[in-house]
Amino acid sequence: MAFTEPKETYTGKVFQVSAGTDNGIVFGGENVLPFHSFEGSVPNRPVIAYEIQDVPPHDWPETVKAEYSGASNNAAAWAKYCQDKFKAKALTLRLIGTHPDGEDRTTEEAAKTVREVLSAINIPLIILGSNHAEKDSAVLVAAAEAAKDSNCVIGKAQEKNYKTIAAAAMANNHKLIAMSELDINLSKQLNILITQMGFDKERLITDPMCSALGYGLEYTYSVMERIRLAALTQNDAVMQPPMVGDVGMYVWKVKETQALEKDIPQWGILKDRGIIWEAVTAVCMLVAGSEILIMRHPEAIKAVEQFIDEMI
Amino acid sequence: MALSGIEIFKLLPKSNCKKCGHPTCLAFAMKLAQRQASLEACPDVSEETKRILGEASAPPVRPITIGAGSRAVKMGEETVLFRHEKKFVNPTVFAVQIKDTMSDEEINKIIEEVLDSEIDRIGQKLRIDAVCISNVSKDSNRFQQAVKIVLGKAPGVPLIISTTDTAAAEAALKAATDRKPLLYGANESNAEAMASLARTYNVALGVTADNLNTLTALTEKIKGLGIQDIVIDSGARSAKEILRDNTLIRRAAIKKNFKALGYPVITFAFRDNAKLEALIATLGVAKYSSIIVLSSIEKWKNLALFTLRQNIYTDPQVPMQVEQKIYRIGEPTAESPLMVTTNFSLTYFIVSGEIENSKVAARLAVMDCEGLSVLTAWAAGKFTAAKIAQFIQESGIEDELKNRELIIPGYVAILSGALEEKLPGWKIVVGPREANGLPAFLKTRAA
Repeated sequence: MAFTEPKETYTGKVFQVSAGTDNGIVFGGENVLPFHSFEGSVPNRPVIAYEIQDVPPHDWPETVKAEYSGASNNAAAWAKYCQDKFKAKALTLRLIGTHPDGEDRTTEEAAKTVREVLSAINIPLIILGSNHAEKDSAVLVAAAEAAKDSNCVIGKAQEKNYKTIAAAAMANNHKLIAMSELDINLSKQLNILITQMGFDKERLITDPMCSALGYGLEYTYSVMERIRLAALTQNDAVMQPPMVGDVGMYVWKVKETQALEKDIPQWGILKDRGIIWEAVTAVCMLVAGSEILIMRHPEAIKAVEQFIDEMI
Repeated sequence: MALSGIEIFKLLPKSNCKKCGHPTCLAFAMKLAQRQASLEACPDVSEETKRILGEASAPPVRPITIGAGSRAVKMGEETVLFRHEKKFVNPTVFAVQIKDTMSDEEINKIIEEVLDSEIDRIGQKLRIDAVCISNVSKDSNRFQQAVKIVLGKAPGVPLIISTTDTAAAEAALKAATDRKPLLYGANESNAEAMASLARTYNVALGVTADNLNTLTALTEKIKGLGIQDIVIDSGARSAKEILRDNTLIRRAAIKKNFKALGYPVITFAFRDNAKLEALIATLGVAKYSSIIVLSSIEKWKNLALFTLRQNIYTDPQVPMQVEQKIYRIGEPTAESPLMVTTNFSLTYFIVSGEIENSKVAARLAVMDCEGLSVLTAWAAGKFTAAKIAQFIQESGIEDELKNRELIIPGYVAILSGALEEKLPGWKIVVGPREANGLPAFLKTRAA
């Protein structure tokens, strides 16, 4: 019996989204499952954005902090360091210092940081809040205004605060990340609500919520696969925005990226363990459907880029 | 592809003799289609029908076991392409390569790493499952010697005997009789001889080709030579090829019931860079490799791959659970806080992780709620004041505490009154709704 390749053709396609200006990035646009270039078109390479934040990374593990020592005390310097030293293709600025339980920085301070970072770099910028729904709706409005016309990605809009954030992204010509918690229906519903405000669905990015290897990875993995299948096989336009994997934040707080080798010898070398934890989580997100990743450790990013080189 | 009841009925004697215990042949056929009856119940069925039904009811990916005894590993039997549809069945086997050009000392060192690789995670023992001995030397005496070293030092660890040379293969098989190794190395030029060895020594045969067409022709040929237990290698080595071939193989087997590729897949992930190798293995675990052969098994790499395999092969319909008990985080004293939550593994991981982040030593009482998260368990009546009170009382934890104070999740604040009634002498404190509020909450209390 001769073998006939069981190829699939899909009715749907992932929207192609761009960010930044002169040195911009383009991601999404494929009409097949992730990396399935043998049966369709995969026009763009996934993008990895280095993560920095508005306050020094005191709560990051030493393994990661050491990579940015000397640069990470100032957001603009840190941003430039990623761009120049690591040749970052995109950057994520997390305004974690605005969280009320943290430094509780003001919206004005956040806007100032955004302006400083933007003037230090020429690569695209993703601007995230502190994940405090109420505070984010003020902070991200100020950030979106400060970054007007830089074609940034603003996030994350959630069920509780999407209206103000989506309006600000729309008014200032940005893209928008819509995040819901590990549920394909919630994700779909949020995308519908946002588009009903008049926000163009082709400017959206879906965040189904990331989880780290060993800490619910399989939930994110399967939700992403289901979203992508809905986009392709059912041609469900609401599910067709590209997906982001916010990897670093979830990975670098789990025990496996922190425990010293002397305490748990069976787990092996801490530095390598942390890096591979982030890289394996990232690769799973890519294989499940992420087109854009947010990561922290330069060596993990390098390993994932090498993996992508082999996949395209 | 499974046959319908009507299709099966056409193959039966249609005598309605009732010997099978069913009133009619049609009723029996319907039961067969639903796999609620066995064809053996019919005494008059023809050999031809047995053959057709046997093939149709065989799993789309043939089950293969390598090794013998308690460490034997089973592969195949997969039924879906995506893990949300149904549980992936037999977890990927991790093997490490040993080259027979290595010194005895080097071989011993790798075997020690294999034997020392076991890690316990959420109650499962995870380890490097197998050793793949490669005949790089092209010398069959040395190959047999290397196999003997492994057998002597690691009795019980399943073997993959990797060579395309039939003399070397036979030398190795002689040494490994009764160990049910996988003989990997049938190709277009040695297929007959390898099939004959596999038959003589009664082992599974690995078949290698350089594309899916030649692989198909080769597995059909080998099956024709009487070999049923086959493991396949399409020759895919780059990540892109692995994803393409593994996807096409799994689709052909499951959606087209294409028997010639309905076998477990072996993937060689070798890279000079250990991290990149781990990522190639990651792709293999997610996308349909049944055996992944690695060139190195560093502990950090093992931990990541074992955890990944556990995640991907989890049953999507059954939440992962942790054991009901009082977990000690840090080194709690009699004055450290006591918190209660449910035994959904994610809930446990996230809550315990945040407690660790707070650097405040504490006790976390994890209650068996059948793996449901806090809100779901509460809604389902499994995380109620009466049940929590019973759990806390029976745990005997109060003897360890100076203050009888229990912190409950903010989402079930509603339970605090009822809990104070059911737990006389205890003070109930409402904690944050989300685990990420715990560090601030605990630090404030400790201050």
